[in-house]
Amino acid sequence: MTDQGIGASVKRKEDLRFITGKGQYVDDINRQGQTYAVFVRSPHAHANIKSIATKDALSSPGVLAVFTGEDIAADKVGGLICGWMIHSKDGSPMKAGPHPALAQGKVRYVGDHVAVVIAETLAQAKDAAEKVEVDYDVLPAAVDPAKTQAAGQPQVHAEAPNNTVYQWHLGDKEAVDAAFAKAAHVTKIDLVNNRLVPNAMEPRAAIGDYDAGLDTFTLWTTSQNPHVARLVLSAFIGIAPENKLRVIAPDVGGGFGSKIFIYAEETVCIWAAKKVGRPVKWTAERSESFYADAHGRDHVTTAELALDANGRMLALRAATKANLGAYLSTFASSVPTYLYAPLLSGQYNIPAIYCEVDGVYTNTTPVDAYRGAGRPEATFVVERLVEVAARETGRDPAELRRANFITQFPHETPVIMTYDAGNYAACLDKALEMADYKGFGQRKAASAAKGKLRGIGFSAYIEACGIAPSRAVGSLGAGVGLWESAEIRVNPVGTVEVLTGSHSHGQGHETTMAQIVSSKLGVPIDSVSIVHGDTDKVQMGMGTYGSRSGAVGGSAIVKAAEKVIAKGKRVAAACMEVEEDQVDFDNGEFSARGTNKKMTFGEVALQAYVAHKFDPEKIEPGLKEGSFYDPKNFTFPSGVHIAEVEIDMATGVTRVDRWTAVDDFGVLINPMIVEGQVHGGIAQGVGQALLEGARYDESGQLVTASFMDYSMPRASDVPSFNVAMTNTPCPSNPLGVKGCGEAGAIAAPAAMINAITNALGHEDVAMPATPQSVWRAIQKMPAKAAE
Amino acid sequence: MTTVTMTVNGRSVTADVDPRTLLVDFLRSNLRLTGTHVGCDTSQCGACVVHVDGRAIKSCTALAASCEGAQVTTIEGIGTAAKLHPMQEAFREHHALQCGFCTPGMIMAGIDIVNRKGTSVDEATIREELEGNMCRCTGYHNIVKAIETGAAGMAGAKQAAE
Repeated sequence: MTDQGIGASVKRKEDLRFITGKGQYVDDINRQGQTYAVFVRSPHAHANIKSIATKDALSSPGVLAVFTGEDIAADKVGGLICGWMIHSKDGSPMKAGPHPALAQGKVRYVGDHVAVVIAETLAQAKDAAEKVEVDYDVLPAAVDPAKTQAAGQPQVHAEAPNNTVYQWHLGDKEAVDAAFAKAAHVTKIDLVNNRLVPNAMEPRAAIGDYDAGLDTFTLWTTSQNPHVARLVLSAFIGIAPENKLRVIAPDVGGGFGSKIFIYAEETVCIWAAKKVGRPVKWTAERSESFYADAHGRDHVTTAELALDANGRMLALRAATKANLGAYLSTFASSVPTYLYAPLLSGQYNIPAIYCEVDGVYTNTTPVDAYRGAGRPEATFVVERLVEVAARETGRDPAELRRANFITQFPHETPVIMTYDAGNYAACLDKALEMADYKGFGQRKAASAAKGKLRGIGFSAYIEACGIAPSRAVGSLGAGVGLWESAEIRVNPVGTVEVLTGSHSHGQGHETTMAQIVSSKLGVPIDSVSIVHGDTDKVQMGMGTYGSRSGAVGGSAIVKAAEKVIAKGKRVAAACMEVEEDQVDFDNGEFSARGTNKKMTFGEVALQAYVAHKFDPEKIEPGLKEGSFYDPKNFTFPSGVHIAEVEIDMATGVTRVDRWTAVDDFGVLINPMIVEGQVHGGIAQGVGQALLEGARYDESGQLVTASFMDYSMPRASDVPSFNVAMTNTPCPSNPLGVKGCGEAGAIAAPAAMINAITNALGHEDVAMPATPQSVWRAIQKMPAKAAE
Repeated sequence: MTTVTMTVNGRSVTADVDPRTLLVDFLRSNLRLTGTHVGCDTSQCGACVVHVDGRAIKSCTALAASCEGAQVTTIEGIGTAAKLHPMQEAFREHHALQCGFCTPGMIMAGIDIVNRKGTSVDEATIREELEGNMCRCTGYHNIVKAIETGAAGMAGAKQAAE
């Protein structure tokens, strides 16, 4: 079965339905008697609601109901929550304002939810929504994260004075200060990590349904973690007890973090379904995705790196203002703290690190995890610092990195991580060769001959994936455990259903998880069905984000498979009339050692169910096992990406000429899928570096609220990628896998900006490096200035 | 209401629709052909691409009424699980899809690129021609390869038919 098991680039099982138009996304589902919800959203960034007149809307054709914050409050529907408690450096808990599903007297960002109109048809709901008259008392808005804490700024929530949610820190400040005091060289940079809109191609959608006969609720939703949605909707928002609430996340069209969170719209749909007694469907228009899906990144950072005279790194410090938007989204507080600062050691042996982060409110869309979540921000800080330090001290950027690589494992960093394994030089060597680093000078000269600039930039990233050991994250403030569950149900004919708490929204779990089972149980992948995304089928799970599905979800499957084999051996021993410890299992076959007795996996499964040949006092009939797997450690994927760009001096257009990526994800389950994940991640990272940026004007209007205004990477913006792997198995989980979903997005921005600044000969260009901003930077080039 | 009649995937359909009904809504809501997707509201993303009288269009930007008498082909009309279109086969072969949401539009656009640019269309042309189709998952790398392979497959299918 090795041609289908772990390590094989088998074609995806899920593809057939997607390429024939047979996928079932939430908006493709229609319930008998369904109604349509349209939200009335705030056009203002900050305003008091003086009154809401719903009479004209209610009397419009087809309208069944109009609900406002008053109705939510009257029904005691709980507010949306943030599930990670962060404490400030003075020990005080973070200061958060309430987050109602429909605004209670005040709106705090453009797109905030004011009312919902429910009608027989979508067109009727849209028409009526325009008739809801909201009288606003418009207030000044706090928009800029760098200024929002200043005296006199508009206050987003009374509960958070100076718009400060927390002032958090990590590391040893005294040790860092002492190291800087004796440094031979200090590199200091100011960075903005630009705000991004996730833009999964499938807009969010929900259908709420209430069965009055059974008194049960069902929510179809575009979720990366339906069980977490059920938990929050039950325990905190109070829709219904968990046993009365089913959450289904069917085919989901991309997530990138934005579909982790429990949002207002989904909450309102499930609540309103009982109010109107009919299913309530809502599908976001793309402009709503821009306004109301949690955004990503948005950091303002000053960072410094201290080197000794030999180029050894002595210390790193960073001070970051992290924009959390107008409300704390589900995991917002953790992203710029525990998912960020613990990665500031990069791949380097840095004896002392200190990081301060102020999490701040502004009158903007909430910010939460987006592909990489904190780790791209950390990598951008570290890899820009190292590149600039190399330039300032006249060192080769590859060799400065190599000289400071961690080489002994396990390695405890000064920022609470223990790297379990890695081989950073191996990635660097391979990447330098693949990128033809030696030939760069010639290529640069060839570009110069055409009147063009050429630059090369590195990014040697690390990330912490396989999120996460429950006790560890609990000690850091997480409200949940981050284990994963698996249940393997072997049918009497030897086919297998695997229930996983992970959720696939593009990752290909139906294939990769079947490959794991194929390797362990020796059954063909076509005999293995992966069941996920339905709380009535899978008992509990924590979902998919943070590149955790393979390392945590896959490990749970391995543990469950081991239990199936153990049970199978007991059944086989009884059937073959030998002692249990005489039974071996290999490649789908049970055999009795020292005899010629053998049973196939399917024969043992059948015997487990017919139960004719063993004593039920000693062996229970059936073959079904489960596991809850809690990881021992994070996993630490790493790699080296090298970007090479050519810049047109007349237009400022940057063309990505070549991209080299060498990543170490440990053991690969399906190399084809892993490479695809790398490609997509790089494109998102290139998008951040060159094209994408959510912009607000001074009044808090989102001026990039459509694909006309927000530049998404197109096919012509990226090259074909030169991707390779090294494989240092992860010692912290039974599969040896590390996670690959976020690597490209983590590595790419620093590589891109390092390449562009290398071409320009100065550091003054920010993301996104649009043609306009690159053209301006060209005018500031040392040679240009001398002209 | 207005009555529209068109041929969709070889089948004649007639319905009374609100005059403002978009072709994509007619396909998805009236005909329950949900393989054609809506990813934006500004004609940028291309998830809704279908063929009308042999040419690719964005069905989110056409009124159903404007397709009176037209021949419309959607993703459901080009191949079946048992007999895939060469472009569908190429997308599967090259792992040119992840979440699958943009995929129907990509495949329909890919076929149209080959129809217009020929079966030996090159990478640069494919990238340029995909300007109206967005994918957030794949980084386009494998989509471009798939369309090159699909083009060759379409050439082979054409030869076989001749």
